[in-house]
Amino acid sequence: MKAILYPLILLFTITSLGISQQISKGQQGRFLISNATIHTVSDGDIKGDILIDGNTILAVGPALTDETAVRIDGTDKHIYPGFVDSGCRIGLAEISSVSLTQDYNELGTYTPHMEALTAVNPNSVHIPITRVNGVTTAFTYPSGGLFPGKGALIHMQGYTPEQMSAGFQGHLLNWPSSGRRHRWDKRSDEEIKKDQQKAQKKLKEFWQSVSAYAKMDNPTGYKPQLSTLSEVANGNAKLLVEVNKKEDIINAIKWVQDNKVDAIFTGVSEGWRVADSLAKYEIPVITGPILDNPSRDSDRYDAPYTNAGKMMAAGVLVAIRTNESENVRNLPFNAAFAANYGMGVDQAIKAITINPARMFGVDDQIGSIEEGKLANLFVCDGDPFEMKTRITHLFINGYNIPMENRQTYLYDEFLDRDSGNKIKN
Amino acid sequence: MKNIKNIIVAVFTCLSSTLVTGQLTGDILITNGTVITIEDGVLEDTDVLIRDGKIKQIGEGLSFSNIETIDAEGMYVMPGIIDAHSHVGLDAVNEATNPVTAEVNVGDALNPYDIGLYRALAGGVTISHAMHGSANAIGGQCETIKHRWGVLNPEDWRMKDAPRTIKFALGENPMRVHGERNDVAPRTRMGMEQEFRRSFAAAKEYKAAKDRSAKDSKAQSPDYSLRLETLADILDGKIIIHCHSYRADEIIMLMDVLSDYGVDKICFQHVNEGFKVAPELAEFGAQASVFSDWWAYKFEVYYSTAYNAAILTRNGVVTSINSDSRELIRHLYHEAAKTQRYGDLTDNEALRLITLNPAIQLGIDKRVGSLKVGKEGDIAIFSHHPLSIYATPLYTIVDGRVRFDREKDAADVRVDVDPETEIPAFYESSLHNHEEEGCMQGVHHNHHSH
Repeated sequence: MKAILYPLILLFTITSLGISQQISKGQQGRFLISNATIHTVSDGDIKGDILIDGNTILAVGPALTDETAVRIDGTDKHIYPGFVDSGCRIGLAEISSVSLTQDYNELGTYTPHMEALTAVNPNSVHIPITRVNGVTTAFTYPSGGLFPGKGALIHMQGYTPEQMSAGFQGHLLNWPSSGRRHRWDKRSDEEIKKDQQKAQKKLKEFWQSVSAYAKMDNPTGYKPQLSTLSEVANGNAKLLVEVNKKEDIINAIKWVQDNKVDAIFTGVSEGWRVADSLAKYEIPVITGPILDNPSRDSDRYDAPYTNAGKMMAAGVLVAIRTNESENVRNLPFNAAFAANYGMGVDQAIKAITINPARMFGVDDQIGSIEEGKLANLFVCDGDPFEMKTRITHLFINGYNIPMENRQTYLYDEFLDRDSGNKIKN
Repeated sequence: MKNIKNIIVAVFTCLSSTLVTGQLTGDILITNGTVITIEDGVLEDTDVLIRDGKIKQIGEGLSFSNIETIDAEGMYVMPGIIDAHSHVGLDAVNEATNPVTAEVNVGDALNPYDIGLYRALAGGVTISHAMHGSANAIGGQCETIKHRWGVLNPEDWRMKDAPRTIKFALGENPMRVHGERNDVAPRTRMGMEQEFRRSFAAAKEYKAAKDRSAKDSKAQSPDYSLRLETLADILDGKIIIHCHSYRADEIIMLMDVLSDYGVDKICFQHVNEGFKVAPELAEFGAQASVFSDWWAYKFEVYYSTAYNAAILTRNGVVTSINSDSRELIRHLYHEAAKTQRYGDLTDNEALRLITLNPAIQLGIDKRVGSLKVGKEGDIAIFSHHPLSIYATPLYTIVDGRVRFDREKDAADVRVDVDPETEIPAFYESSLHNHEEEGCMQGVHHNHHSH
């Protein structure tokens, strides 16, 4: 009897979980979204239709027809390419205060062989919560130490890290900072200087080893730290350099010039102070969060809001990141603040679509709505930066993704909760 | 040479601040704005006249001679934003030495030089509830402050005659600080309950002993204890409790304890799982002050939803959205707007979350929180509707005095320029995430894992 009961209970548990906890399946297929305003990003705004087949945008244009496609009425709706967060920890951090759920911070100063893609959790609860705001793709990266490892560009869909991969991995360097870590960093000025010089020396020595290794014809022995960075030293791969303070940015520019490193700078909170230099040396910048405090008490209150726009105006290629763990879903609003404080809406949209796609070398696949590109896009009923706007449909890798997640389920369950079991005292 | 120049600048700044801003109240006329009153609808092309710090008139075609005037045509005029949970402007936040520290008061450590106060003003925030941290079950008393940037006397930052408030805290923070780290109860949510019962029982006995000695000269009066005096004042309804809380069970627990002691003035803070017990909160008359969308920064907020504010509002709980952050306090209007994406609140419902509702929670709703004749002249003026992402705060007015003016904003507004430091410190990260910077400030000295 028991033997029969247990499978039954198990079956019941699984079924009820399926109803209340898991996100419904996305579906690939043939979809025709018709009569919408399409914000292509690469080729202006057009009124028309989009045909999706499998994971690809098959056609974009007016009056498309297709007998077999599932039709989605886009009347009065807008279509945008999926937004790209070019720096965050999604999939690598589940609960910030629980260290064993954090996979972004390996021990050691030199850990360039750590790969974020290894530890991305495809089942993170964060992913469905993030993507319903139109964020389809994110560069998720490790931190800590001098060379924390390789970040990975991932799509917010897939059952394995490989399926999620968007085809780019980037090496990282934390530039030795001459600033304070944060407001409560109690080190003296001398200690900060000493720490910075020590780190600078480590960088110099380590990079000498990397360069020497990269020049060897037949290197022997297992040296993963050196071998992984050889492609950077040889100019065949990009290095993302986290650097924020003005003086540090200037020194980092010199370093990448001297070492002929193909660099993207990240953070760059004081980019506005040296925007011309960044432009002159054609260094692309990933900046953010925009919703942040100024990095010095003496700075104008809106310095973080205006930074991206100022760099763009100087001619720098700018992408925007959240640098978030839990609220990557706020990427559009970070971009919106940049838009409102000097960048303008069109450029701010580019900073979370085509600009990062270019920097990461995947602009043949994502970042705009064009025939042949990956079907990463969303449909909404207005300006995607405005809070009132509703996103009605979302496609990632061509999958029609359900607009639901644990937070919407909780809303559905508790908005009009039953008063509960009345207890008689 | 530069040092000398800095000293001169510093001295001049101090002097001019005192001279210009020494007065706490002022007169001002705001004309032709779209006036969002909160309690009486939205009025187009309307003027607001403030005299001696109070709203004197709201109407069309008002005039007054020789008065500072803001032409608000095309702009949106709303009540100054109120943040029911902040630690900006405090020199000390956590007296983390005992699970019960009702005797301390953060108002004794106000810091009018904190640049964060100006940045809050630049986000339209005129009043904040400067709170003790969440290290203790019963923490210290809090201070409701008016953002009078440039006024250097800390006493003048207090909102005079605002009701007294005190910080309570449930869950992980007090359990970690005392139970895990110091091996002192509480280590569990069971232990938490007993901290409150023990404290209230002691206060009740203290009160009774005082009463006996007042009536009977032979009865010995109890040794004076500021801690017990404060707890007794809570029992007497003289202090509003603001309780850091997350989980449904602990929220119910505290309401049960308060019921047993006849205490009903309570606003739950953060209260990420408030939505799960919204009917119970409403029935008790408890209020809720929440984040718009923060979650997953610790285990007890893993099962949160950004729809919390909307669910609480729809269930009749007086709800506000707070910052608990030097960063979020700069754009509470944007945080309030999130309730329109997550739960479809109306414009007025969303704006109440950062105006009248926090005023109710702080017991100052007769004075501020809406635009009404007779109320205090605290006003925020925006370029666009404040719930639009394109809204830029343009002016912030406290008691009829302009404390933020975007046009005239000087890049460097510090009032405590240190002549010894040529270049102000640079911060790599504002560490605006979560509690290390807010609630748990001063507790995590050795733990900056961020």
